[in-house]
Amino acid sequence: MPKPSDTKALPAFRTAGLTKTYGEGKAAVHALRGVDLEVPTGEVVVLLGPSGSGKSTLLNILGGLDRATSGDAYFTDHELTAMADRELTLYRRDHVGFVFQFYNLMPSLTAEENVELVTEIAHNPMDPGKALDLVGLGERRHHFPAQLSGGEQQRVAIARAIAKQPDVLFCDEPTGALDSTTGRAVLKVLADVNEALGTTVLMVTHAAATAAMAHRVIHFADGAIRDVVRNAERLPPEEIVW
Amino acid sequence: MRLLSPLDRKLLRDLWRIKGQAGAIAVVIALGVMTLVMMSGIVNTLEETRDAYYDRYRLAEVFAPVERAPERTLKRLAEIPGISAVESRVTGMALVEIPGELIPIRARAVSLPEHGPARLNDIFLAEGRMPNPDRAEEVLLLKGFADARGLKPGARLSATMNGARRGFHVTGLAQSPEFLYTTAPGELIPDDARFAVLWMSRASLAAAYDMEGAFNEALIGLERGASEAAVLDAVDRVLDPLGGLGAYGLADQQSNFFISEEIRGARSTSVSVPPIFLGVSAFLLYIVINRIVQAEREEIGLLKAFGYTDWEVSAHYLKLMLVIAIGGAILGSGLGIVSGRAMAGVYQEYYKFPFLVFELEPRSFVTGLAISVISACAGGFGVLRGVFRLAPAVAMRPPAPADYSSTGQAAGLSRRLLDQPGRMVLRRVQRQPGRMFGAAIGIATGMALSVGMIGVQVGFNQTIDLSFSVLDRSDAQITFTHAMSDKVIYELARLPGVEEVEPIRYVSVLLRHDFHDHRGAINGQLSEPRLARAMDAKQRPLPLPKEGIVLSTTLARVLDASPGDTITAEIREGRRPVLYLPVVAVADSLLGSPAYMNIDALNGALNEPGRVSGAYLRIDEEAAESVFRAVRDMPGVAGIGLKEDMRDAIQSIMDSGMGAMRFIMLAVAGIVTFGIVYNAARIAYAERARDLASLRVIGFSRAEAAFVLLGELGLITLIALPIGALMGYAMAALVSAAFSTEVYSIPLMFDAHTVGTAALAVLVSAALSGWLVKRDLDRIELVSALKTRE
Ligand SMILES: Nc1ncnc2c1ncn2[C@@H]1O[C@H](COP(=O)(O)OP(=O)(O)O)[C@@H](O)[C@H]1O
Ligand SMILES: [Mg+2]
Repeated sequence: MPKPSDTKALPAFRTAGLTKTYGEGKAAVHALRGVDLEVPTGEVVVLLGPSGSGKSTLLNILGGLDRATSGDAYFTDHELTAMADRELTLYRRDHVGFVFQFYNLMPSLTAEENVELVTEIAHNPMDPGKALDLVGLGERRHHFPAQLSGGEQQRVAIARAIAKQPDVLFCDEPTGALDSTTGRAVLKVLADVNEALGTTVLMVTHAAATAAMAHRVIHFADGAIRDVVRNAERLPPEEIVW
Repeated sequence: MRLLSPLDRKLLRDLWRIKGQAGAIAVVIALGVMTLVMMSGIVNTLEETRDAYYDRYRLAEVFAPVERAPERTLKRLAEIPGISAVESRVTGMALVEIPGELIPIRARAVSLPEHGPARLNDIFLAEGRMPNPDRAEEVLLLKGFADARGLKPGARLSATMNGARRGFHVTGLAQSPEFLYTTAPGELIPDDARFAVLWMSRASLAAAYDMEGAFNEALIGLERGASEAAVLDAVDRVLDPLGGLGAYGLADQQSNFFISEEIRGARSTSVSVPPIFLGVSAFLLYIVINRIVQAEREEIGLLKAFGYTDWEVSAHYLKLMLVIAIGGAILGSGLGIVSGRAMAGVYQEYYKFPFLVFELEPRSFVTGLAISVISACAGGFGVLRGVFRLAPAVAMRPPAPADYSSTGQAAGLSRRLLDQPGRMVLRRVQRQPGRMFGAAIGIATGMALSVGMIGVQVGFNQTIDLSFSVLDRSDAQITFTHAMSDKVIYELARLPGVEEVEPIRYVSVLLRHDFHDHRGAINGQLSEPRLARAMDAKQRPLPLPKEGIVLSTTLARVLDASPGDTITAEIREGRRPVLYLPVVAVADSLLGSPAYMNIDALNGALNEPGRVSGAYLRIDEEAAESVFRAVRDMPGVAGIGLKEDMRDAIQSIMDSGMGAMRFIMLAVAGIVTFGIVYNAARIAYAERARDLASLRVIGFSRAEAAFVLLGELGLITLIALPIGALMGYAMAALVSAAFSTEVYSIPLMFDAHTVGTAALAVLVSAALSGWLVKRDLDRIELVSALKTRE
């Protein structure tokens, strides 16, 4: 996929009438009920909402992991909802980084090798060691996931996501399994990446306080957007308390 | 530059993590490949060695026995088109007495060429020296017989030839491609110890048998591409007026027939049994790979989320399988070479080849590797399906608890009957019946393999028991030098200690049906024999009516004839009648390929009423020695065969010849069965390690946690047993057919004993596997088991 022609001018994501239904008939679950949304390029956007409101579903669709039932979703000028599986794979490979709530490191690979797993297939990756340095784990590069704490594993996961220098970073409750101090360290890394590389960050959380570090906060409820708030003033992650 | 990509390093570490399982599969594959490489290597080696032996010692391609032909007849034979070499010789039957042996031993005396090496049927002097042509008492003795009887060069023995008793001096021991196997006339089973071959000077032999200036056997070599059938016809035309006994080709030569049947049997075993092993390992690999992919769902989702394509991810798992499969194939090839070489050496000794042409079958390596790789790829399809189906979003979800809701209702009853761990076992089986069934099928396959191999062991024993206890109820068998008046039967019956006598008349015959023919003998017996009987498959004695012929199963198969068909019997003795005989029944004879007729009908056809060629005796054990003494001194007695000796002879052929492969196959089947069961246990363990650790964390004891795991394994094993018994039936049929030859047939044995033993093997394997994984379970480190996904 060619790089978007004028990335700055276009929003990173745009959706119109996006719906997602799991199952059929009586058992159907309407995870998304028509989502219209714009995510400007280079911003940190936080998705807030109660559990089960469809945040992960939206993230998965925008990240090319899942397909919408109806509606349109665009990444810059590319229509995600029209892409074949193969194109979605390339989209993920070339433009997207993921950070998951449960880290999802390969248990049989060291920290560095987990990062290499991604740099291996990326176009313009940074050095895996440098990515680990960025998250403050350069020293631990040869450790296996089982030898790392939860916070450290999550930082490896972030290093892995940013090492390919993606256009967008999707984080699904990246601090969900962490205590607040460790969580703050993780959030700081995300803010730094956004600052330094201009990466668009789309983050799901249900820790409302996290919203203070975002450019934009989207409140989600029952499969739809309730409102969008622009933060006039952003708080550095170090000062967030929850 | 990194040498290995991170995915390849994951592969290596995964392989290390599942080393127990991977090793079990690789060994199963290796054993399959090993049997293939070994068996085909042995078959190849034996064939090459036999051919080289025949070639180097110029074994004749046509044998033409005749009553008495003047030496000049040889010229006329040499003129027949297609014949490249002829040689005449004198042979005769003799009775050899050796010290300490009550019963004289039948022997064949064969003339040595008068000057120079033999043009055909040369011999290999293994020990001692050649006899001096001028010394009539010097002989060479067949090494196989000498070894069996502990005779050495220098030994002295006496022999009766044509009625005259003479003393001999053994100057050397010889081996010959003509006498790899020796069988006394009228007997079915070759026995080194009970038939001797003597080589001596032509002059002395000719004197003994009245053959001066004449010969009674012509040996013939064929030109390349000559038609054997045409030569046989032409030779018969020349020799018939002189009392030709029917020229025959190498295929009908007794020793060659036996060795070729052994090789043919080995070849059929080698093409049917190893593929079973390989098939089983392919199946095993397939199951295991499928389950590894199941277990790695999240990793697969993750890789896909990162942008690895379906093909890249599939290739990763395919590589894992290929490493196991190819590793197994290479290991198997190595084992096959080593064991093939060792076994070939054993067989060289057994078949008494003076040298060995060890030659592996290159195709077997290719086949072994190909089947291993194909089975890995077949497993690969499972992987592809799994990988392509899996949505990358799986990786985004927390490790979701498996959905057990559908098992709720059925569990209502079990609540009252089972404790908590018991319910866990039951629910899991209920929830994933497909997976449990797959594992059960895997174990059942292993059991089937054992059923088949144990069945074959029982079948071999059955062949012997049935042949020597049920079919033949005599104690000894007497052979006469020529067909005698049946008065001799009454004489025998009068001997004190003889309880029952039964006459037999055999004639050599060429049987034909459609395009099939078979050179052998017809046994003429009483219409309702009591000692040596023909029986149908249900072990009911078959009467021999005045009309028609009863064929053994093997013969019926060779001739492609069944009851109702009419076969042609060209009798090669006496007035040489050609009979057209309806097949009246097929007898389930397990040794050789006999044909049975009513003795009066046979004698009638020959126009020789009241003739017998031998007799079966039932003897009072107490009086046995005096009976043998009396029989030995009766005129016209060529030899006495004790049933016990024959039984031992066939046992030794089965246990030392190609039949011995069954022991190796049994061992392989046992290991494979264990491998499969162990593997099932390892999978169950790998899939549940995390759950089991959780159980331990919330306060379950080691024993309770182990019960959840082992209970599952036990349940699968129990389900597998009846399935394995059923599959075992088919396996036993296949394997017993593969081991059957024209020398002996192996009946399909599928009885409680066979199935029970196989079931026991499976249960023992399960118990041992259970113990091995339980050890791992006890050692499990709770924290790390919970922290990382297995
Ligand atoms: N694979 C699935 N099958 C069925 N329902 C699902 C699936 N994934 C999510 N859901 C349902 O969709 C709704 C939204 O889920 P999700 O997007 O995960 O919510 P959130 O991330 O906001 O907690 C929930 O009701 C959830 O139960
Ligand atoms: Mg969620």
